Amino acid sequence: MDITTISEMARSSWVVWLILLFAFIIFWALRPKNKKRFEEDAKMIFKDDENGGMGHGGN
Amino acid sequence: MNQAIAVPTYNDEVVRKFVIAASFWGIVGFSVGILIAFQLAYPVLNLDLEWTSFGRLRPVHTSAVVFAFGGNILIGSSLYIVQRTSRVTLFGGPTLANMVFWGYQIFIVMAALGYVLGVTQSKEYAEPEWYADIWLTVIWVMYLVVFAGTLVTRKESHIYVANWFFLAFIITVAMLHIVNNVALPVSWMGAKSYIAWAGVRDAMTQWWYGHNAVGFFLTAGFLGMMYYFIPKQANRPVYSYRLSVIHFWAITFLYVWAGPHHLHYTALPDWAQTLGMTFSIMLWMPSWGGMINGIMTLSGAWDKLRTDPVLRFLVTSVGFYGMSTFEGPLMAIKVVNSLSHYTDWTIGHVHSAALGWNALVSFGALYFLVPKLWNRERLYSLRLANLHFWFATMGIVLYITSMWISGIMQGLMWRTYDALGFLQYSFIETVEAMHPYYVIRATGGVLFLIGALIMVYNLWMTAHGKTRDEEPIALAPSASSAGN
Repeated sequence: MDITTISEMARSSWVVWLILLFAFIIFWALRPKNKKRFEEDAKMIFKDDENGGMGHGGN
Repeated sequence: MNQAIAVPTYNDEVVRKFVIAASFWGIVGFSVGILIAFQLAYPVLNLDLEWTSFGRLRPVHTSAVVFAFGGNILIGSSLYIVQRTSRVTLFGGPTLANMVFWGYQIFIVMAALGYVLGVTQSKEYAEPEWYADIWLTVIWVMYLVVFAGTLVTRKESHIYVANWFFLAFIITVAMLHIVNNVALPVSWMGAKSYIAWAGVRDAMTQWWYGHNAVGFFLTAGFLGMMYYFIPKQANRPVYSYRLSVIHFWAITFLYVWAGPHHLHYTALPDWAQTLGMTFSIMLWMPSWGGMINGIMTLSGAWDKLRTDPVLRFLVTSVGFYGMSTFEGPLMAIKVVNSLSHYTDWTIGHVHSAALGWNALVSFGALYFLVPKLWNRERLYSLRLANLHFWFATMGIVLYITSMWISGIMQGLMWRTYDALGFLQYSFIETVEAMHPYYVIRATGGVLFLIGALIMVYNLWMTAHGKTRDEEPIALAPSASSAGN
């Protein structure tokens, strides 16, 4: 099997590659190890707060 | 959470301009919409002039609300958000940002003048001819440079999710705009051109563009606004950041394939129609992901909805996002489409999304931005914002229910046969039957415009530093929730 055949096979199965890529993203997002990191990321918009910052608000 | 962080000087000047432009074009776009809605009910309002006929004013309405109102608030809020989440001022300095602003306004005026004078390449939502298309391409690339440059020079390690949505919006719209507008002008100095794609390829390219304008302009871009303004206004982080990551990539992977559902039962190959239908249904995934994330951000703080009309605008918009992105895939199913397509049902669907989702989230963003941008402590009046909310909501309800009834009736009348196998109704009979619903629809539009005018007054007074002497909204009625 030469490189052209392999490349053609790889190209024709692009749906599979995209699904695998998407599956990896879901795995990465849901991985327990990354939980803390994402929670920190969600809070980054409050760091500079012009209107008092989190915890100073309504509740 | 309150480490002292040096706040850099942001370029808010250009954001202020975009906010003013969005308010202005919003009023223009809604007004033209009302005019053409009444034209459909009372054709005499065409005035027997070519420049004011429905066919020429309709693209003025759609472009004004989508690209002028929506575009200005999208670009403005993206530039506001990217500075704050990157903690740097805009890349390229004030000059480049101002060129984007003025260049974009010139594009809007150029496009609208063309429509009224009859210059069009007859592609829905892509009506501007080649000279305006080239102009917009240059402006859009400048916008990309400002936005991406700011991200590249950021002082934060993480790129906040709102920016991902904005970046997808900018890049995809550039790609769609360029591919759908590959055209050859007939002469050097003339406006007329012909599109490079022929026949069914042109139709497919057009709806690949058209549907993804919905997907990446009206959805991804506005989701960027949602992911920043809802957490900020509610003062709590987004419900699930991990869900936002999945939401983003689900939209990015799936949306570009849904275009063929605009061409069911046409010359487009059957397999392409089925592909478009299937991917449209899969779009329920990101639809629910986004809705859950936006609404559940309020989990544990629902009482804020009662006292904060700005938050109510934002959260109601997400409710409409969920509703209309549920309805959309439903209408993309072939059998449903055979009833709904070419009827007013489509118009009802579009406006439940455009008024309910895009406009309400934009109003929320404007109410959020104006006090901050003009350094005011609060809005001129929360009660007026509340009044605006109810005018807008009543208007939307009148609009979408009348169009649903009218559209389904229209679709059913078209397909009714008599005992001998002839069509039961002539076309003009369906038009007559729709008349009352056209009047209701236009009335809904009037309510929506009144609400928007109240908003402009409120924002104007806020920017001038006035505060209205008024009772606060709905102080906690019971002792149990009073302590919150």
